[in-house]
Amino acid sequence: MEPLMALAIGVMYATAIFMMLRRSIVKLVIGLLLLSNAANLLIFTTAGMTRGAPPLIPEGMLQPVGEVADPLPQAVVLTAIVIAFGVLAFAVVLIRRAYEVVKADDLDKMKDTDT
Amino acid sequence: MRPEVALPILLPLLSGAVSLLFWRSRPMQRFLAVAGNLALLVASVWLFAATLSEGYITMQMGSWPAPFGITLIADVLSAVMILMTGIIGLAMGIYSLATTGHGHEKFGYYPLMHLLLAGVAGAFLTGDLFNLYVWFEVMLVASFALLILGGERAQMEGAIKYVTLNLLASVIFLSAVGLLYGTVGTLNMADIALRIDMVEHAGMVEVLAVMFMVAFGIKAAAFPLFFWLPASYHTPPVAVSALFAGLLTKVGVYALFRVFTLIFDQSMGYLQDIMLWGAVLTMVTGVLGAAAQYEFRRILSFHIVSQIGYMILGLALYTPLAIAGGVFAIMHNIVVKTNLFLISGITHRLQGTYQLKKMGGLYKERPWLAVAFFISAFSLAGVPPLSGFFAKFVIVRAGIEAEAYVVTGIALAVGLMTLYSMVKIWNEVFWKGLPEENLVPVSAAPSGDDGRLIKPSLWMMYLPVVVLALFSLLIGIFAEPIMLVMNTIGDQLFEPDGYIEAVLGVAANAQEALLNADDPQPEMNTSGGEGTP
Repeated sequence: MEPLMALAIGVMYATAIFMMLRRSIVKLVIGLLLLSNAANLLIFTTAGMTRGAPPLIPEGMLQPVGEVADPLPQAVVLTAIVIAFGVLAFAVVLIRRAYEVVKADDLDKMKDTDT
Repeated sequence: MRPEVALPILLPLLSGAVSLLFWRSRPMQRFLAVAGNLALLVASVWLFAATLSEGYITMQMGSWPAPFGITLIADVLSAVMILMTGIIGLAMGIYSLATTGHGHEKFGYYPLMHLLLAGVAGAFLTGDLFNLYVWFEVMLVASFALLILGGERAQMEGAIKYVTLNLLASVIFLSAVGLLYGTVGTLNMADIALRIDMVEHAGMVEVLAVMFMVAFGIKAAAFPLFFWLPASYHTPPVAVSALFAGLLTKVGVYALFRVFTLIFDQSMGYLQDIMLWGAVLTMVTGVLGAAAQYEFRRILSFHIVSQIGYMILGLALYTPLAIAGGVFAIMHNIVVKTNLFLISGITHRLQGTYQLKKMGGLYKERPWLAVAFFISAFSLAGVPPLSGFFAKFVIVRAGIEAEAYVVTGIALAVGLMTLYSMVKIWNEVFWKGLPEENLVPVSAAPSGDDGRLIKPSLWMMYLPVVVLALFSLLIGIFAEPIMLVMNTIGDQLFEPDGYIEAVLGVAANAQEALLNADDPQPEMNTSGGEGTP
């Protein structure tokens, strides 16, 4: 499973960076979205994937029996998903407003503040 | 339970929440902006005094023992940063009363300001790497919204660059946190510091170090990752610019200081060279960029970049004295840079423009404003006996002691170039006469809504400027006691054993022996509670 995930994550990072390098601001946001999802999957994978072993403590014991899944990266990913969701919602509104103001879906037309 | 560690985070969150409740009541929000930030300042002074006497103060959130729960820890560095946050927060609270238009106030300017301060304070106080990411995001979301308040074209264009680059940095940071957790199996910074020495793949540690360096480098606006800063910092309302200039990039610098003294310490090797030359190039490009500008706030924005170089130089030289100098530079720069932005706001109010060519004659018209600018600007350039001189002096001395002569020489030359930019502003804005085509409307510049607002509001704009200028002067005059505090910081950062002991509750050596005796630490154990703030 891990090699497959690694491949998928690598492709996602690459696609995201490629999208962010385009001139269209819509593609920029799609790139950001892919990037944050790729990071979440990365955390999920690097922390070790254990199938079918929830970290539950059987009744009358003080610790779980045998090898169980690590719950912490899942909590971390959950938090990161929520944050990415909020931030991306903001980014979508931002590009819509920017499109209204600049009247172009083109980063090359947004250079007034650079010089 | 040590409430003083949590208060600097809780108080701004509380004032933000309460002012959200009073969404429609403008006077209440304005009152909270001052009262809430005053409370934050009091709490930060309390924390500062407590850490000075005790060294480290920790608090385990939810009483989960150290490596499992989220730790809040204040060492002297954190306490100094929190103190500066409190000072700048109060200055901004007062200044915002006069400069924030009704429209912006209606769209939640004050709640966002409180939220931003909470995020900054959280980032300074947390002892948990993922929690640091969360506070970064809290801070960023608030700053995004503040940046586009008003919705003008320049703000939108600046915001797209700011948002993209900062999100990219956040994702790199998050990826690095994930990989680090996969490598050492913990997120507590003190615990990581112990376990990272035992990682078998040295290459992995280096990759992680570079990822953190890039992520925080973008956030701190270091070369070559700084270009989002001068493209966006001059676009929002001036109070927001000043708040960003004073605090936001410094959070990135703080994270660099924390991570590269505590976690990646001895093993730096060629990474240290990268950081050193990155710092030098940051100084040089920033100051050269400023030389070409003729817009008040853009000049200042480029100087933020340049000054970031000095701070990172202090870290890269990596001696206790250099680190002390770097922190001194951070502290002095927060005061001075904020003040310069505040002054640019007053001159904008008086003359209706940020273009240096169109301004002039303010020395005659407002001599005291000119004095305040003079103090801040020459302090930035490092003229004795002002605060910037001592920051620069310590760093240069550390550079000479480390026998990094070329770097030190460049740092001194950049100081001269800074002086050039500041003299340019002085000449154009204060010294020369007002250009003739611009003679007519002077003091009738834009204000809140009606002309009557001008008088009291100018008073509220002057107050923080004068106080901050005095601060800069006082830091220069009382440099010795401050330097003692900085030396404590330098020692604490250089020898992180105390930090580790304060967090984990056991002496670092004992802990390490314990870990070594253990078999390679199994990652799955009783790690409840963490990660869902």
